[in-house]
Amino acid sequence: MPISAGAASALADRIEEASERRDGVKQVAAADKVDPIHQFHINPIFPIHVGGYDVSFTNSSLFMVVVVVLTGAFLYFSTAGRALVPSRLQSISEMSYEFVASMLRDAAGTHGMKFFPFVFSLFMFVMVANLLGLFPYFFTVTSHIIVTFALAMLVIGTVVVYGFAKHGFGFLKLFVPSGVPVALMPLVVLIEVVSFLSRPVSLSIRLFANMLAGHITLKVFAGFVVSLGAMGAVGMAGAVLPLAMVVMLTALEVLVAALQAYVFAVLTCMYLADALHPSH
Amino acid sequence: MEAEAAKYIGAGIACLGMGGAGIGLGHIFGNYLAGALRNPSAADGQFGRLIFGFAVTEAMGIFSLLIALLALFG
Repeated sequence: MPISAGAASALADRIEEASERRDGVKQVAAADKVDPIHQFHINPIFPIHVGGYDVSFTNSSLFMVVVVVLTGAFLYFSTAGRALVPSRLQSISEMSYEFVASMLRDAAGTHGMKFFPFVFSLFMFVMVANLLGLFPYFFTVTSHIIVTFALAMLVIGTVVVYGFAKHGFGFLKLFVPSGVPVALMPLVVLIEVVSFLSRPVSLSIRLFANMLAGHITLKVFAGFVVSLGAMGAVGMAGAVLPLAMVVMLTALEVLVAALQAYVFAVLTCMYLADALHPSH
Repeated sequence: MEAEAAKYIGAGIACLGMGGAGIGLGHIFGNYLAGALRNPSAADGQFGRLIFGFAVTEAMGIFSLLIALLALFG
């Protein structure tokens, strides 16, 4: 069928219009594309370079400072009153003291109390950093493996240095459990050595992976809300489901944040108990 | 096979590990509940160990989720 010149140009206009609309949709979709990894980017705030090394003050450093200042200020001001009958804030700090102290006494005995400042600082730092990271747009310090690995190496380094300083080579009895048949001994010692060497790795990866996976899951579900919401009224109605999921996941993440700090502190206590009493 | 397709298949396979963690967590909480119903007075004292076992077991599932996420976004 022959088409008149006017109809053909009208059709061409319609096609062009449609393709423009499609481009517009594509651009909106590109702008809405959610990047769940973006929250872990480290951005320098004050660039500092010393001898070829980049030692800039980054958003990670900023949040570490915020965590330390928050914890320190809270503990200082809540206990400044030193009331015999504690106020609410004072009882929070007394409860956290007693919580960590009983954890350490259970694992390492009363001799272990000389490590109390160390364990308490670790516990408070990890817990406040985990909880602070749950706020939107805040950086999670513990979601980077280098931070958790440094904390884990601090613990294992303390165990090794204190163990050798206190017991000398008797510390090596840690790898030789009593009551094992002689024939099995080489195998058992090998297993004990490997398990000791994997401690810093598992201690750091557990904390880091929990934080990383939790935050990525939150952002992936939040991304579903955004992309469903861009689909119009039906999408808006459907977006309620992932939104409810985000709320529930946030509650779970609060639990995980406190729990992982507790686990980190309990494992630290157990490793320190090994340094205090190596023969088991 | 295209590299992109292999990435998604690998991420899916890595997620299988989370099933193992799920089985383990079911054992932990099931056995805790069974023990707690037999001797309720001793249950509260073991709550710390329950949470500790939960965290250590859950870490295995988190490790495989981490591998899946690294395959997808890394």
